[in-house]
Amino acid sequence: MKRFMSRLGFYLLVAAIMLYTVFPFYYAIVTSFKTGPELFSADYFPLRWNWDNYISVFREQSFAHTIFNSVQVSFAVVAVSLFLGVTAAFALGRVQFRGRGLLLLTVLGVSMFPQVAVLSGMFELIRCLGLYNHLPGLVISYLIFTLPFTVWVLTTFMRDLPKELEEAAIMDGATPWDIIIKVFLPLMWPALVTTGLLAFIAAWNEFLFALTFTLSNTQRTVPVAIALISGASQHELPWGNIMAASVTVTLPVAGLVLIFQRRIVSGLTAGAVKG
Amino acid sequence: MNARSQLRPSLLTRQRVRTAWLFLTPMLIVLALVAGWPLARTIGFSLTDANLSDLSNARFIGFENYLVYDSGEWYGVLADGAWWNAVWNTLKFAVISVTLETLLGLIVALVLNTPFKGRGLVRAAVLIPWAIPAIVSAKMWGWMLHDQFGILNHILLSMGLIAAPLAWTASPGLALTAVIMVDVWKTTPFMALLILAALQMLPTDCYEAARIDGVHPVKVFFKVTLPLIKPALMVAVIFRLLDALRIFDLIYVLTANSKDTMSMSVYARQQLVDFQAAGYGSAASTLLFLTVALCTVLYITLGRVRFDGR
Repeated sequence: MKRFMSRLGFYLLVAAIMLYTVFPFYYAIVTSFKTGPELFSADYFPLRWNWDNYISVFREQSFAHTIFNSVQVSFAVVAVSLFLGVTAAFALGRVQFRGRGLLLLTVLGVSMFPQVAVLSGMFELIRCLGLYNHLPGLVISYLIFTLPFTVWVLTTFMRDLPKELEEAAIMDGATPWDIIIKVFLPLMWPALVTTGLLAFIAAWNEFLFALTFTLSNTQRTVPVAIALISGASQHELPWGNIMAASVTVTLPVAGLVLIFQRRIVSGLTAGAVKG
Repeated sequence: MNARSQLRPSLLTRQRVRTAWLFLTPMLIVLALVAGWPLARTIGFSLTDANLSDLSNARFIGFENYLVYDSGEWYGVLADGAWWNAVWNTLKFAVISVTLETLLGLIVALVLNTPFKGRGLVRAAVLIPWAIPAIVSAKMWGWMLHDQFGILNHILLSMGLIAAPLAWTASPGLALTAVIMVDVWKTTPFMALLILAALQMLPTDCYEAARIDGVHPVKVFFKVTLPLIKPALMVAVIFRLLDALRIFDLIYVLTANSKDTMSMSVYARQQLVDFQAAGYGSAASTLLFLTVALCTVLYITLGRVRFDGR
């Protein structure tokens, strides 16, 4: 009996955790199918499958274009971070030289920068480059938080690869570039998937820079667009539309997380615990 | 082989080091461009009266943005009540939310460390709040916390816990609580997974021994588990604390520029962008940077103590 009770208590705890984490999404989904006065009643189940909010978000707010902006920016950030990260990780993880520890510490230090601390300097830089209100400006500014972390995780991974592989390649006359491309890269894809995913999520979610460095609706990214959805008056937010947009952008992220949860967890712990 | 050639690195080594620097250069240039330079410029701006609409016309004014005494009054960020209010809000937010996240994260991690059916699913579900944009979670909770139509008021009212609906995000006493509530929901998973990783690296033999000796599980937790995961726990706490000190998105969207919840980042951005006061705002940014830098230095020294001490 006591065993049964503790078992029951445990599963109740699991259920409570599930309810706590999932309920806000569930409620957002329920709300996204409501329009007009339906919004003013608290319901635990969808009343009917009413896609009006989704249609309105995509038609009136040109949400598809916003999503495309975010996809472009995030993929560009991932590509640049991974390229710079892999080359730097090769140097930091495979070669012993003076100042290596200091460099790694600097990289770690940059990842602690509050974004606001570079805001005015970054604003000036982006305007000087003529990228204000252009997506490449966001790509450049996002590197400040994706790059340190990419370098750090890839270096940890690169350091643990067997030395013999590299020695054999050197014997065969391979250049360092060949070694990275032909020897290490095929072994590193799990680390690349992990860091790429984390960089993608970070870029996809970024708000402060996107809010400050873009101006027109055509250059908005997803978080800014959702934050700026407004109704006829300030006190009359179109909650149905906001929830529809939120659900739309959450589903792909939730899918990625469900598929790659093991990779993401290993990346997070490599970035934080080992760091 | 003479002593000279033993001391000097071989040709191959020197070549490798040269290649290493070659491979590092692109990353270092980009990092200097996107981090070093903007930071230096921000600190530079903080010593000028720059305006965001025309940054080139800035005049050097020394530390006047920070603190200046003029005709019987103190001026500058450090004399601004709103700044100290923001500092106090940020500290309160950081300490309370990180404490709650650590405690809840510990519970979730202990649950996830026990094998049961559907554990993978729960672990994935727990990750989702962490992965979605802060803006989305702020909006989702903003709706749930709505003073008239929010489900939370509805639940609390029907359970008889409150007599009248609460204005979660608007009333001065509750707004920070609401922000903390959402942040705890969003970041507990991160904590839980870091703690879980530490739990899974623990040796199993001392647990076997404790089980055979019939030690109560609660005692095992406090005497064995907690001391063993403490280093990892400390790192996770400091990481989260640094993150909490720079909080912006959640507060900005959930409660806008309200004085009751304004954090240091929100204050700095308001000065910088809304009031276009690039010099003054940069001074606030620099102060935030110094606060975080101090904590980072503390973290690195603590980390070193840990590595050398054991």
